[in-house]
Amino acid sequence: MAEPQQIWFLTALEGVGRRVVEQVEEFGYYLALTVESVYWIVFGVARRQPVRISASFQHMVEIGLAGLPIVFVLSFSIGVMLAIQGIHTLKQFGAETQVVLGIALSVTREFGPLITGILVAGRSGSALAARIGTMTVNQEIDALRVMGINPVRYLVSPVLLAMLIMLPLVTLFADFAAMFGGAVFCKLELGISYAAYWDQSTKFIVADDVLQGLTKSMVFAVIIALVGVANGFMVSGGADGVGKSTTRAVVLAISYIVMADMLFTYFLTL
Amino acid sequence: MTNTPAIEVNNLVTHYGPRLILDGVDFSVDYGEVMVIMGGSGSGKSTLLRHLLGLHTPTHGCIKLLGHDITSCSADELQDLRRNMGVSFQGGALLSSMSVAENVMLPLREHTTLDEQTMGIMARMKLEVVNLGGFGDLNPSQLSGGMIKRAALARAIVTDPKLLFFDEPSAGLDPVVAAELDELILKLRDTMKMTIVVVTHELDSAFKIADRITVLDHGKILLTGRVEDVRASDNERIQDLLNRRPREEEIDADDYLRRLTGG
Repeated sequence: MAEPQQIWFLTALEGVGRRVVEQVEEFGYYLALTVESVYWIVFGVARRQPVRISASFQHMVEIGLAGLPIVFVLSFSIGVMLAIQGIHTLKQFGAETQVVLGIALSVTREFGPLITGILVAGRSGSALAARIGTMTVNQEIDALRVMGINPVRYLVSPVLLAMLIMLPLVTLFADFAAMFGGAVFCKLELGISYAAYWDQSTKFIVADDVLQGLTKSMVFAVIIALVGVANGFMVSGGADGVGKSTTRAVVLAISYIVMADMLFTYFLTL
Repeated sequence: MTNTPAIEVNNLVTHYGPRLILDGVDFSVDYGEVMVIMGGSGSGKSTLLRHLLGLHTPTHGCIKLLGHDITSCSADELQDLRRNMGVSFQGGALLSSMSVAENVMLPLREHTTLDEQTMGIMARMKLEVVNLGGFGDLNPSQLSGGMIKRAALARAIVTDPKLLFFDEPSAGLDPVVAAELDELILKLRDTMKMTIVVVTHELDSAFKIADRITVLDHGKILLTGRVEDVRASDNERIQDLLNRRPREEEIDADDYLRRLTGG
């Protein structure tokens, strides 16, 4: 007869093992979805089953244009906060005018893509999971399959394409908005003119800084699209299942974005 | 017309985890026939339909649709075969982001090179067939339950498929609308010579439309035969189903208590 402590340990170990297997399966599913989506984007036309470009444009409007006001507000605020913190810190060394360098680099390499990724995950990733989840519950996905329409080509590829195009563009917009926020505060606090701020910023930033941010944003685009769609496809249990899945999609996407950002920053910076 | 059946199911076995859902199901459906699959809740009829549609792979067994074994064919072959299939799901499964007409046009848009005008004409024709002419511009959310089922039927038949499947066509409908749908199914069989499989537990509807009936219970086929064979059957479960008699199960009180308390 096993001791109670031993049983508790074995049960906990079994639980951990089960979770690990589930996570590996889920990552496998994300990978399979990514490969299949890219396959249809590349070979869809040759196979006479093209990806719906009109749907991609619709997603681009939803992901990009409709989200610009909130991206502007948050990025502008981040720029102002960076300026406040930067001036406060650098003042101790009498180097507060160097804040422009700090803002320019941290926005283009870090905060621009990160804020955009988190915002789009919250706005579009959740909407995606809810929409696909509702379609799954209502048997619309089954209906597509039975009509001989591949759901990945029909639903996932247009979203992935739209995300891959729009997220870098929105990230660029966020970069400008954040730098504008920093410029406004620097003008008020340090009296640096907008022209001088812009000159200083562009002198420090090299193409690599911007490219690093844009590369990150493309990885975030894949994460948001795939996590949203996969959680939508995995819905079970009606409206309650859709709600849970939507929440899960947002939490997972944001977590993966932050972790991916950390890894990117480590490998691209050090 | 060929001698081989349109649909052939051989020794179909399905498990969900450790649970046996279908246990050696065998039946066939001839061309131009309406086969009704009947059974109580949990009898396995919906699972059987999902297998026939190629949405689930069975643990064991073979399903031939129009001569093609869908349990072993490639994804591309199954996709081609599906162009000869139409399905009306229980809840309609119309895409909510599209109008009714766009839903009906969807299979044409995806599988043909017809121009927009021709597709529009064909969609309107099919909507007329199901008495929904003039409703094409509405969204699915603006339709009643019966209208959604008819719109789903219009979408299912827009490519003139050889095989047509219905999942609980009369469920949740008032008797008049249910009777209209039954008439429509018979009209499709007679005019378009479609082979039709209907999964239902509505007895009146089943007896009205069926050429033959397969009765399922606990994943096994109790009987496949004509309406009169089913009515005359002396099988106790079939009689329970026909006479709406509650199932009398012997319950072990101790076992029941253990299950309730998790002991």
